[in-house]
Amino acid sequence: MLAYLSRRLLFVVPTLFFVSLLIFTLQQLLPGDPAQVMAGEDQRPEVIEYLRAKYHLDQPFPIRYLYWIGGVLQGDLGESIRIGRPVRDLVLEKLPVTAQLAVMAFLIALLIGIPAGIVSAVKNNTVWDYAANAVALWGLSTPNFWLGILLILLFSVELGWLPASGYVPPGEDLAANLEAMILPAFVLGNAIAAVMMRHTRSAMIQVLGQDYVRTARAKGLGERVVIVKHALRNALVPVVTLGALEFGQLLSGAVLTEQVFTIPGFGKLIVDAVFNRDYAVVQGVVLFTATAYITLNLLADIAYFLVNPRLRS
Amino acid sequence: MRSVRVLALAGLVALVSSAAAAQHLRIGLAEDPDILDPTLARTFVGRIVFSSLCDKLIDITPDLKIVPQLATGYTISEDGKTVTMKLRQGVTFHDGEPFNAAAAKYSLERHLNMPGSNRRGEIAAISSIETPDDYTIEIHLGSTFAPLLSQLTDRAGMMVSPKAAEALGDKFGTHPVCAGPFKFVERVAQDRIVVERFEQYWDRKNVHLEKITYMPIPDATVRLANLRSGSLDLIERVLPSDFVELKKDPRFKTSAVTELGYQGLTINIANGPGAQQNPLAKDKRIREALELSLDRDAINQVVFEGLFQPGNQWVSPESPWYQKSLPIPKRDVAKAKKLLQEAGMPNPVVDYMVPNDTQSQQVAQVIQAMAKEAGFDLRIRATEFASSLKLAQQGEFDLYQLAWSGRTDPDGNLYNFVGCKGPPALNSSKFCDEEVEKELVAERTAISEAERMKHFEAVARKTLSERPIIYLYHRKWLKAHTTKLTGLVDYPDGLIRVVGLKLQ
Repeated sequence: MLAYLSRRLLFVVPTLFFVSLLIFTLQQLLPGDPAQVMAGEDQRPEVIEYLRAKYHLDQPFPIRYLYWIGGVLQGDLGESIRIGRPVRDLVLEKLPVTAQLAVMAFLIALLIGIPAGIVSAVKNNTVWDYAANAVALWGLSTPNFWLGILLILLFSVELGWLPASGYVPPGEDLAANLEAMILPAFVLGNAIAAVMMRHTRSAMIQVLGQDYVRTARAKGLGERVVIVKHALRNALVPVVTLGALEFGQLLSGAVLTEQVFTIPGFGKLIVDAVFNRDYAVVQGVVLFTATAYITLNLLADIAYFLVNPRLRS
Repeated sequence: MRSVRVLALAGLVALVSSAAAAQHLRIGLAEDPDILDPTLARTFVGRIVFSSLCDKLIDITPDLKIVPQLATGYTISEDGKTVTMKLRQGVTFHDGEPFNAAAAKYSLERHLNMPGSNRRGEIAAISSIETPDDYTIEIHLGSTFAPLLSQLTDRAGMMVSPKAAEALGDKFGTHPVCAGPFKFVERVAQDRIVVERFEQYWDRKNVHLEKITYMPIPDATVRLANLRSGSLDLIERVLPSDFVELKKDPRFKTSAVTELGYQGLTINIANGPGAQQNPLAKDKRIREALELSLDRDAINQVVFEGLFQPGNQWVSPESPWYQKSLPIPKRDVAKAKKLLQEAGMPNPVVDYMVPNDTQSQQVAQVIQAMAKEAGFDLRIRATEFASSLKLAQQGEFDLYQLAWSGRTDPDGNLYNFVGCKGPPALNSSKFCDEEVEKELVAERTAISEAERMKHFEAVARKTLSERPIIYLYHRKWLKAHTTKLTGLVDYPDGLIRVVGLKLQ
């Protein structure tokens, strides 16, 4: 296991290097001049020139990359051209928000998706299965921004139970924080729950048809034990992979949901940065989320070991 | 008995504190402001926040008259080259530093000299600043510059604490220290900007709010939902369709005031190789035909519920600077067709660059349909904003739909767009006319308003017939707020002045 882990860790370094190169290169392909966007309405040529020099935009591509990656290696992700704050501070400011939203959404997805998948597989081709499938289809095909606006209209405008948007840090007021986060977390979790449900269902159906499950049943084990202890454990392997990918995606920010609920997370940060050609912010956030994504995949691989004893040999 | 008194006291305290807590105004902004440094700031929405943080030397009234703020009065020398301002005494910055002539001189020089200053161009006419005494400044100009006072009613006239500005340098925007009615508390990017009442403010008796939270919510529907649910008290830039609904709702008050800016179509007349291919650049009769094919009222009715103000000049027909002798031309498709025939180009194909937001697209589609009736084939090219700026500068367009947020002085809507020295990204038409240039210089150096008006008329006669820009309409700043909020006064600059506002 140690050898495997160190091999995987070794891969992380070149992967991150290529990611950094890719982010930087792709960003340069965006049309438009950041200095021009930053010069605002007045477009004074001397201001444009000053900004170009200040942010090394007048340097050739490899030099600019070296400036950036040199800073990154020293823990400096650069500075937002738009609001003049260090990117590292912005990332640290948004991280707890996005992480909380991701965890809550993921929990909601797990709580709905896995039980629904199990029920749907066990009660295959019954009304339970059809109902779960219909709900999953609805969850998959409902656009987040639309569901978000409908939920705001229902719970905030009509019923007045929850705030329409706005984020309150948990340290300030935990109840208000949860009130503000529950709707966006549900919107995000809803879509992932549908995917989870579909995957759990198909994995479970496959596992339930295998010999060892029949043997377990023949031994006279209770149906609950057969399903939860024997079948589900094996069926979870692909679901864990999927979970890690989905969670990684959640950590990179949920653009539309964050826009609708005005949650100040990575999604909003990165979209605004792209539109304003705030290169340092885009690079910093993408590099950070890419690192998080890679780490999560590594953790998923470790989780395989834990749920599947065969891999350990 | 004692417990009754304690309870009564507790009740009273609760009542008082809830009334106090109620003086917290929550404003929904359409965008997240950029850096909160008056010298470096660029966005309109940032100016809304500055209204509570940073007082200016002078301000405007709703009808664009100049009134004192941190200056108590001003005089202009006969040759127009010296402006003397008397400053208000007893004013302090948020950090307790005194506001005086030295601080005013420091602020103006910072606007003029700080690297990357966005104010420099606005007040570049200033050659030196003197402080004959502690509460007087003399602003000397290299040559007369009529728009100067108007510039000082905006960010260029905002005063910053010299001590804080020196300490923070180009990071001043992360914690601005000015002399406005509210002081900066915190900013969470894309989430909120919080300011609280400054108790030593010179006009403290008229500041009733205790705290203001500005929340950037770009989606107009979400902004509205927040107002309806009570999460916000005031929202700006309401969609016209929502505005009509809100007007009928007794829980809200609405306000609409015509902007200082304009929306128009810039025509590439001489910008790069693009101009050589542009049919609109070939013959001015084709440009005239395009304008004649348009019905500005119809655009306003179809896209904006009739709420906006159609216009044909760089200032709206409501402005005192509007040239009444040159009214909005009526739509005349027959004449447009005839002009196209005469120009030998009955069906010009035009590349039409349009920002990719919904409203601009709708306007473009209406224009496309109208122009088609005259024979034009306008090919709409929806382009993201940052890309369109670059393309406009490089002249890679025939027709470009562009908005300008407007300036208090009409020169700010004109000089950079049709003047030969206008920055390439603003005068993207590359229009340059000797006669217009002469008149533009003359209006800037004229001293009396009547004299300036004469020069503006000459510019209008020439540019409205040459048409580097076809002006279309002027937006209205549409705001809505809870009826609990009183004291809101509409200003054509669209800003929200917070002195006098009160939550009932």
